[in-house]
Amino acid sequence: MSANKIAPSSKHSSRPMTGAEIFVRSLIAEGVEVIFGYPGGAIIGVYDALVDLSDIKHVLVRHEQGATHAAEGYAKATGKPGVVLVTSGPGATNTVTGIADAYMDSIPIVVFTGQVPLKLIGNDAFQEADIVGITRPITKHSYLVRDVRELAKTIKEAFYIATTGRPGPVLVDLPKDVMAQKTVFDYPETVKLRSYNPVVEGHLKQIKKAAELINSAKRPLLYVGGGVIQSNASDELRSLAEKIHCPVTTTLHGLGSFPENNPLALGMLGMHGTWYSNMAVEYCDVLIAVGARFDDRVTGKVEAFAAEAKKIHIDIDPSAISKNVQVDVPIVGDVKTVLKSLIDLVDPLETSDWLKTIQQWKKEHPLRYATGDAIRAQYVIQKLGELTGGDAIVVTDVGQHQMWTAQFFNWTHPRSHITSGGLGTMGFSLPAAMGASFGRTDMPVISVCGDGGFQMNSQEMATIVEYKLPMKIFIINNGFLGMVRQWQELFWRRRYSHVEISGPDFVKLADAYGCPGYRVEHSSEVEDVIRKALAYKEGPVLVEFVVAREDNVYPMIPAGQTVKEMIDTPAPVDHPSNGVKEESIMVLAKG
Amino acid sequence: MAQVEHSSSGDGHAVVAEHVQRHTISLLVENKFGAFNRIAGLFAAKGYNIDSLSVGPTEEEDTSRMTIVTRGDDQVIEQIMKQLNKLIDTIKVVDLTFESFVERELVLIKVQSTPTSRPEIMQIAEIFRAKVVDISPKSLTLEATGGQQKVDAIIKMLKPFGLKEIARTGRVALKREFQGEV
Ligand SMILES: Cc1ncc(C[n+]2csc(CCOP(=O)(O)OP(=O)(O)O)c2C)c(N)n1
Repeated sequence: MSANKIAPSSKHSSRPMTGAEIFVRSLIAEGVEVIFGYPGGAIIGVYDALVDLSDIKHVLVRHEQGATHAAEGYAKATGKPGVVLVTSGPGATNTVTGIADAYMDSIPIVVFTGQVPLKLIGNDAFQEADIVGITRPITKHSYLVRDVRELAKTIKEAFYIATTGRPGPVLVDLPKDVMAQKTVFDYPETVKLRSYNPVVEGHLKQIKKAAELINSAKRPLLYVGGGVIQSNASDELRSLAEKIHCPVTTTLHGLGSFPENNPLALGMLGMHGTWYSNMAVEYCDVLIAVGARFDDRVTGKVEAFAAEAKKIHIDIDPSAISKNVQVDVPIVGDVKTVLKSLIDLVDPLETSDWLKTIQQWKKEHPLRYATGDAIRAQYVIQKLGELTGGDAIVVTDVGQHQMWTAQFFNWTHPRSHITSGGLGTMGFSLPAAMGASFGRTDMPVISVCGDGGFQMNSQEMATIVEYKLPMKIFIINNGFLGMVRQWQELFWRRRYSHVEISGPDFVKLADAYGCPGYRVEHSSEVEDVIRKALAYKEGPVLVEFVVAREDNVYPMIPAGQTVKEMIDTPAPVDHPSNGVKEESIMVLAKG
Repeated sequence: MAQVEHSSSGDGHAVVAEHVQRHTISLLVENKFGAFNRIAGLFAAKGYNIDSLSVGPTEEEDTSRMTIVTRGDDQVIEQIMKQLNKLIDTIKVVDLTFESFVERELVLIKVQSTPTSRPEIMQIAEIFRAKVVDISPKSLTLEATGGQQKVDAIIKMLKPFGLKEIARTGRVALKREFQGEV
């Protein structure tokens, strides 16, 4: 084959080659290891080029939504961009949910879509969809390649834009005829875009102002988000917190950026955050927001959020600053770079009274739940945290189990917690965990799903089994769309409307896919089965935990309200319907 | 070629709350596929107002200049500026509102005319330095350029004769270098 004459690693060739071959060679030049994809008519030429250039692993998913979530999981777990390749029309539209998810959570993925030939665009041709138009509001940037001579440069730019500044999804639409045209291959070494130059260094004047404010603080609080993990700034965060003796609360995406076994850790804040972290927000005098965006699930009623505090906001994205909350000292820049300069300018603070107050809140209002024979999801997660020692990548879906996992796992590593936060996409966990498994083999990867969310992308079981990925798939089965049921119980007078959901026999389903499965129905069996699942390395294993049917996530600040309306975990009551006899209360305070 | 979107406030004087200000934003953008759509789409998606929008090529072949007249309080305008800057294809975004700038709009007005009213219409045209660009037994078409107030004023003056059709380009603007009217 002529394609083999030029080394796959070569970035230049004077032999004219097709767009399809240039495409694959560009990905190799970009260092791409794995593509999540699904072929079809408009992209068939590109798939043909994959036959000769097999240096890249291509994973055939079972649905294009699975491909985008897998690329997200891969990106979140590794810090490298995830890559998706699909055909035009339905192949492209099936990626939309994953693209929107990546946009909301600032995840670097590059999605390549086949397109009908240029001259047919706009003609309602077979399998034509204006995917660039459809995804315009949910991509960081997008391209339609109109000339094969633009292809290599466009791919280089796409990866550059996806991974720099505030990361995000980039879509590249590839018309079939363009991919058949020939030209020489010349992969650019660098990208020059006069209109795109993300700011990395923070403004020194602003950093000095922030330091002055911090030095005057009596009750400082660090409120940190996913930006800290994206910029690999956990060490800097820790140095800062320890130098100024400042407690740290994290958003859902910030979990893992600061070890929760550190006495300064307060766990998660916001709607289902810990009591004490929300109280700390209420009473702090200087709030230092780092790589977080004042999302409404965090702030509740925005005017009341840390109303008494002076606010510092460090973020790479200028548009994230003063979008939801007006801050006193904005600093635009890369979180790691800014924290480094800030650390040298701040003094150790005397905060022992403040820390004592927080300690008291922790004692009075710990995260807690009751145990009995019936399994509580919280217990499953707490055990999972203990048995892995936190050395795991846990990928959750959306719902109650997601919040309980956030609360009870005891996070200690960056990139160990992956979830769909901004868009809240049910069906995310299974394919995202699959993507994470392709990128990371140093730690067990565990998908934690609700029985509802698992059923949204369960087709990827086939892919997972095919590649014998050593994933653990934990289904928290409460027989309900639990989080919606909770809202109906608390805010809609317990009028349950279409929230009871049945499913297949999950163990038999696993078996049908060729995956070992267990069902666990009693608390006493939980630990043993988790141990077994963790020990099994030959391929995936599925465990269904049949848990209390009507359990609620607490604490809770109802949507749009304030700390004053925060509902703490109610005192234990017997739930005969649940079979929960609340004999012993498990208590867990962070730090 | 100028692409023109209609002005949402027909008379150019929308009633707006006091802290809401009209801003003229000048954008230099890469002349690339989809760039215009991305900017227009941003205004739609975020619910920002567009009073007028005009776009055309500049002195450089691969860039376009857009002039957008929009409204909002300080926070909204700050977000608009940031969001526009965030788009990959925008090279430069300037809010001209607090600078001294030249702003012009071109309008074509087809007004009903009779032999008796024609001289009077021509007189108004002269006052506004408007040109007659088309004539028929029942109508006159005038071309006028100027700032928003001038364009609004000529339309107001011609209204009593019966306006048949109006086409406005939307405003274009550039920062002033010489401080004072030329
Ligand atoms: C695609 C999608 N559809 C609907 C929702 C709304 N929603 C949020 S949580 C939830 C219930 C999830 O139920 P389940 O997967 O069983 O998890 P649980 O809450 O019981 O842990 C629903 C329907 C959503 N987030 N995503």
